[in-house]
Amino acid sequence: MVLLQRPHILLLLIDTHQFLQCWIAFGSANEEGQQQEEFSEELLVKPLPDHKLLAHFHFQSSAPPSTSNGCHHHLFPKAISQLVQKFRVKEMELSFTQGRWNYESWGGFDPISSSNAKPPGVELWAVFDVPQHHIDASWKNLTHTLSGLFCASINFLESTATYSTPEWSFPPASGNVRYGTFPCEAVCTENLTPWLRLLPCRDKAGIALLLDRPSLYRGFYHSQRLHLTSTESSSEGIDSGIILEQTLTVVLQPNSERAIEVHASEKHVQPSWSLSSIFGKQVSGRCVLAKSSSVYLLLDRGLVAELKFPNKENGKSAANGLTSENFWSNPSFELSVNPDRIFLEESSSHSKSLSILYMFQVEKYSESEPFDIGLMWKVPVAWLCQQTPLHASRFLMGSGNERGAIAISLKSTQFTEGFMSANSKDGSCELRVDVFQVVPWYVKVYFHSLRVFVDQQPRAVSDFIEKIHVSPSKDKMSPGVMEVVLKLPCRVNTAALTIEFDKGFLRIDEYPPDANQGFDIPSAIISFPNFHASMVFLEDDSLNRSPLLSKFQDKCPVMSYTEVLLVPLTTPDFSMPYNVSTIKCTVFALYFGSLLNVLQRRVAEEERFLKAKAAKKTGRLPLLLSKLSAKLRGSGINQD
Amino acid sequence: MQDLCTMVHLCYCLFLVLSPLIELKDSQIIFCTDVVSAMLIRATGQNLRLAYLRSLESLDLVKQIEVSEFLFSGDIAALIYLCNPFTIVACVGLSTSPIENMAVILCLYGACSRLIPLAAFGWVIATHLSLYPAILIIPVIFLLGCGPDSPPRKLFLQRHQQKEVLNQSKLPPRFSWGPVIHFAFWAFLWSVYVLVLCGISLKQFGGLWEMFKSTYGFILTVEDLSPNIGVLWYFFAEVFEFFRNFFLIVFHVNILFMILPLAIRLRHRPCYLAFVYVAICSMLKSYPSVGDSALYLGLLGWFVNELADMQFSLFLFCGYVGVSLLSPVMHNLWIWRGTGNANFYFATAMVYACLQIVLVVEGVSAMLNHDRKLRNLITGKPQDAKS
Repeated sequence: MVLLQRPHILLLLIDTHQFLQCWIAFGSANEEGQQQEEFSEELLVKPLPDHKLLAHFHFQSSAPPSTSNGCHHHLFPKAISQLVQKFRVKEMELSFTQGRWNYESWGGFDPISSSNAKPPGVELWAVFDVPQHHIDASWKNLTHTLSGLFCASINFLESTATYSTPEWSFPPASGNVRYGTFPCEAVCTENLTPWLRLLPCRDKAGIALLLDRPSLYRGFYHSQRLHLTSTESSSEGIDSGIILEQTLTVVLQPNSERAIEVHASEKHVQPSWSLSSIFGKQVSGRCVLAKSSSVYLLLDRGLVAELKFPNKENGKSAANGLTSENFWSNPSFELSVNPDRIFLEESSSHSKSLSILYMFQVEKYSESEPFDIGLMWKVPVAWLCQQTPLHASRFLMGSGNERGAIAISLKSTQFTEGFMSANSKDGSCELRVDVFQVVPWYVKVYFHSLRVFVDQQPRAVSDFIEKIHVSPSKDKMSPGVMEVVLKLPCRVNTAALTIEFDKGFLRIDEYPPDANQGFDIPSAIISFPNFHASMVFLEDDSLNRSPLLSKFQDKCPVMSYTEVLLVPLTTPDFSMPYNVSTIKCTVFALYFGSLLNVLQRRVAEEERFLKAKAAKKTGRLPLLLSKLSAKLRGSGINQD
Repeated sequence: MQDLCTMVHLCYCLFLVLSPLIELKDSQIIFCTDVVSAMLIRATGQNLRLAYLRSLESLDLVKQIEVSEFLFSGDIAALIYLCNPFTIVACVGLSTSPIENMAVILCLYGACSRLIPLAAFGWVIATHLSLYPAILIIPVIFLLGCGPDSPPRKLFLQRHQQKEVLNQSKLPPRFSWGPVIHFAFWAFLWSVYVLVLCGISLKQFGGLWEMFKSTYGFILTVEDLSPNIGVLWYFFAEVFEFFRNFFLIVFHVNILFMILPLAIRLRHRPCYLAFVYVAICSMLKSYPSVGDSALYLGLLGWFVNELADMQFSLFLFCGYVGVSLLSPVMHNLWIWRGTGNANFYFATAMVYACLQIVLVVEGVSAMLNHDRKLRNLITGKPQDAKS
């Protein structure tokens, strides 16, 4: 098999379209029974309530286990598979984010926001399949490798002061997980280009063609993520190889001219958009290496409830009749392209209305007839996204540069009330909230000062905290980690955690170049383990399931990140090192010299010595002078 | 004494009213330690005064020096210790330095009144608490070996040579090793005891090595760079990483370098030697506090009679007042208001260090001059004298 594949790898290097297509046909014919490397590209577009648009690119590559395939890869990026093999990474997630996910208006309860809304900067966590004492070394190597791979300063995460070991609150709960964030990393195209290089078609063909840099970075939120799952090295027996999931989530403002006009006249009219107007580009056919290539348009539950589809009542029957005109030509909006399929969500427990997914196959389109989906709103519509049970925000308290306090406040959203009233049959309903907070060592947190406020009343900590795990920070060694499980009553309106800290003082070379800007405290992770963000869509053929939709079905707990805090720390005078050294050493010399002088001085002897010296001087100098004058005179006489 | 106690207590109560957050229980302990320290200082001071008078008597200088004008140095020292604003601040701030100070005073008290187990206990506890009092072993050995402060032994010999009668009973005792060995034994016993107790209680936290690393190691490597009244924090915040170890060694060796010259010159005055060591430590230690200054200023009170001729005392007093007023202002400006700069506060710390240096140097010089004066009184002619 390996021998057969070699010429094909060469062909790949030549990279001509036709050859590739031939080869794929050949390969697929040859390896019918075996697992193959697969690649699929998908794009999900979703209108957001605040006149914005969410675009979620999902690229998934999978490689079969290396035992059956050797080290050769056709589609799967070799760099990633080498990384997995070398550091025995079981699971890993790396995200680069710029901007902050707006949980209030963009929602927090759907799979996209739970797993793709990330804290600003770089976030990296990894689970290793190595013995405990090797994990830190693996982590260090991994950070350096990723740093080289993605042109980012991930290598700053290698020092023990920056990463932490969550015990149980972090979702992939396991002792082998390491978690690190680097909030001040500036994310830009130099990080996107290497990320795109991992795709088989890069951004030259397929859906990735839409990734136009200026329009991406003009957005309000931009998060590129790389999720890696490997069963390669696991001892569990099920060996499904490596799955690499690359997602890019952007929130953009569609600014078509018509939208602006309408916007001026009517406030609630959503801007109409098309892919070409947002990204400035069109999709001209699929990436030939991709198994599936599709674009989805998601109308979420709130929007669907607002739109009032005519046959909403018998929605399931409509979903079966896929070409039901009612779904895509609605009195309130119009799609420019007819969808190939329409999926309707299976009834969920959390919400009455169901979301609708329109699917567009990109395969049908070509260079001559590019794919460009557009949505035109006819009537004004306003809706709300489904929110997290509690809205979390975090802020700093106190003034001055000596001490302060961090407060995490949880505010109930309207969603909770509805859900809770439906769910609390036995009356004693509890809402479980996990808080995971890492603080750098220079923010010296006093964990004993943790206080809980429920409904603005200070309460005993033990009443609401079910479980707490704390690892105090060590100076320049490890950050402080706090993991808390809160059990709040369902009818809670507000809850707050406060914890006090002292600000540390750093050495002059430990300050970043812009020291007066302040230091970032990474986001806290608030998760609700009793709530699962999943969307299950009715599908006919489960065989041909798209990776994006199967991802949506995963029951991941609802998670949200709080804001990054900026703590100003006291700075020394950066221009002073020489002055301080010299002044300090002068004072020491003064001390040493004067004390020694006092100790060795003997007054009487000194006087005697001085007198003797004076006597000698007065004795000798006149003598010499007289001698000299005598000589001069003598010589003078002789000459005369 | 009683009046003193009530006065300080009043001050302390005033602060208590001002800051109701202070826990009464803790501060009472610290307050009691301060009072006990003051009582021990007073007892030691009286002891020293008696020894001094005795030695003057044996030198027949009682008339020349006017002993009737001698101040009660013990009372003065206790007064200084209790009324010192630094002590009050340390007490109100619930600093632990009063406890460290008491251990040091206990050690000196025990050595002066020849309670060898007590002296050993004080020394071991003081060393255990803050490491620097370890060097007090030298004055304690002198104290135990030759008794409390007295003029140099040579003076007695000269005096008796003048009289041409060698009265052994009037001479100060020669250095005797007995009590020193006794002290060493007790110190060993106490330190083993303390280490065993620490070892038992720290068994689950990494044992003794971890304790040494995070207490003495923390003191010696100056890891915490929070501003204090010393000068090392700013120095180590500013110095280049490359030179850090070098300067750590230099600054700590500076304390050790001065031990030997001082011990040679002041060996006949072990209590004064102890005072100088305490002052130097509180000046050069890694994390000094006002509590340390309170200790040596209190001990200074023992030597009011000897140091009556000290120079610059008004200047020093004004300097101390000025620095203790300016330093909180600068700290506030820098840390809380953000209008000042680290250099402002560092400048006051620098001035404070200089003041302490002047105090130590002038103090040592005044004490040596005092000995010279005594010698001159004995010999009558300053030219011939040799120390």
